[in-house]
Amino acid sequence: MVFNNPLSSLFGKSPISPLQSHMTVVVSCTELLCDFMDAAIANDWQQASDIYERMSELEHEADAMKRKLRLHLPKSLFMPMDRTDLLNMLSQQDRIANRSKDIAGLMLGRTMGIPRGLEAQMTEFVATSVETCRQAHKAINELDELLEVGFVGKEVAFVENLIGELDALEDRTDQQEQDIRHNLFAKEKELPPIDVMFLYQVIEIIGEVADLSQSVGGKLQLLLAR
Amino acid sequence: MTLFAEYGQILVILACVFGLFMAWGVGANDVANAMGTSVGSRALTVKQAILVAMVFEFAGAYLAGGEVTQTIRKGIIDAGVMAESPDLLVFGMMSALLAAGTWLLLASVMGWPVSTTHSIVGAIVGFASVGISVDAVNWGKVGSIVASWVVSPLLAGTLSYLLFRSVQRLILTQENPFYRAKKIIPFYMFAVGFLIAMVTLLKGLKHVFKDIGVQLNFGECAFIALLVGLLVMALGTVLLSRVQVDEAAEKVNRFANVERVFAILMVFTACAMAFAHGSNDVANAVGPLAAVVNVVKSGAVEAKSTMPHWILLLGGVGIVLGLATYGFKVMGTVGRKITELTPSRGFAAELGAAATVVLASGTGLPISTTHTLVGAVLGVGLARGIAALNLRIIGTIFMSWLVTLPAGAGLAILFFYFFKGLFG
Repeated sequence: MVFNNPLSSLFGKSPISPLQSHMTVVVSCTELLCDFMDAAIANDWQQASDIYERMSELEHEADAMKRKLRLHLPKSLFMPMDRTDLLNMLSQQDRIANRSKDIAGLMLGRTMGIPRGLEAQMTEFVATSVETCRQAHKAINELDELLEVGFVGKEVAFVENLIGELDALEDRTDQQEQDIRHNLFAKEKELPPIDVMFLYQVIEIIGEVADLSQSVGGKLQLLLAR
Repeated sequence: MTLFAEYGQILVILACVFGLFMAWGVGANDVANAMGTSVGSRALTVKQAILVAMVFEFAGAYLAGGEVTQTIRKGIIDAGVMAESPDLLVFGMMSALLAAGTWLLLASVMGWPVSTTHSIVGAIVGFASVGISVDAVNWGKVGSIVASWVVSPLLAGTLSYLLFRSVQRLILTQENPFYRAKKIIPFYMFAVGFLIAMVTLLKGLKHVFKDIGVQLNFGECAFIALLVGLLVMALGTVLLSRVQVDEAAEKVNRFANVERVFAILMVFTACAMAFAHGSNDVANAVGPLAAVVNVVKSGAVEAKSTMPHWILLLGGVGIVLGLATYGFKVMGTVGRKITELTPSRGFAAELGAAATVVLASGTGLPISTTHTLVGAVLGVGLARGIAALNLRIIGTIFMSWLVTLPAGAGLAILFFYFFKGLFG
């Protein structure tokens, strides 16, 4: 006998666990950028291609999770956070994976090497950007604990702290981006101009990954405020 | 009246059968909603929930079900108008019982959500207003009953909201929530025991006291309730001290152990919920039965008359039977779907709902336990305690009102004319 009980149909599916899982997949995609950069610098384009394949798979997986989550968020669902804020945060998270894949795709497509003097700086820049993404992940992972306490108290202060550290990391990437562009500017006359243009673009997108991670933290703050 | 001389026995027996049928329906379907939150949050297994329900539903029905039964029995009908035709009252009450029971059965088979309270009230108003006359119904009382259907979810929601807020402030956001929980929860347990005892003593046990010639004033009631509360608190503290920190669970979820402590509290609120539900819903089954028995025995419609105990007993037995034969299955189904409700939330919802229902029982107002619980859960949701609540349920509830009331009334009118033709 089917029982259409009011109490059973009252509870909807929580969006928090899918949201956290989505961020986990996004981070594992972005993390591969470090290995990719190493392979690109070593001129090992076979390795780079393999890594790009893995990143592409992960990015598809993230897209699928995003779509599934959106399907389960009807307007009639009453949540402790704003539905629009939640969906915006999800979009931002997803864009991180997209941009990471774009970087790898662009570099692979042009078998773009890194100019001699800039290798160390680029590696550090990518590492910091990935770290920013990991920090955002840490903050997102606190969502289930936030729900448990009902979005008040010390847990909120703790998450605000994490977001503060996230902002600091993003500032660092901004600084690093400035330095690399400055150094590249000094060298650009000696290098093929079109390659340089695309290198500028890659630098910009790596910075964008960090920006997006920071923006995810910002959206999380909006979610808490309600 | 020769009708009663001839058919009195048969009528009473028939009424008893219908009343038992209705009580069975309450036990089979409705109790699952009352206990569903406890099973879903894993505070109780289905077996434990059935045991708790059996004991406390029966206790609630017998000890505190008197007021609401009185309302159903004679509060809705205007005794003065019915005085000339007591036989019609008998037929009417019997058809109301049969109608509500049939509607309950049909809804169960089809899987529709139905409130036993709305069915029986709709049925009684139906046969009285259509089968007899519009004046036969005490519309003032009906008005206050309908008002209580709107107020009870709101009140339960408010109580649950405040309860959850207090849990947040006092326990969940504090330094060491596990030890805070162990210290503070005994006070909640006291509140549960005190509240239930207080309302029962003040209002519910009237009929028991009248028989043994005991008269308690407010102060004495409060004192006894205080003792009951302290007893519950003591028992609860003992159970709490046995809960130790589970390190493995702590790693998965920082609050896993706090929830285990709340699960103990939920056992007590589950008892309270079963008690409250029994006290309010037994009347749906035995209220009409009591009316029939009274009229047949005395041959007339009396405004003032005591209610025999065995009627409440019969109701309690019927509920337990329904639970034992079918209720456990429904409880399992409901519990499996309510897994998002952790004990810290479930307790707030249950206590808010139980308090509201017991209060309603004390004031003799028949309300829908299910809708009250929904209101309570929404209250916790408003306090940002629950991840996702389907607001479409409110629309479904309104729809069920619009369907159940006319359906109950229509069936009752049908059966009324049937009985009138058969015995009249």
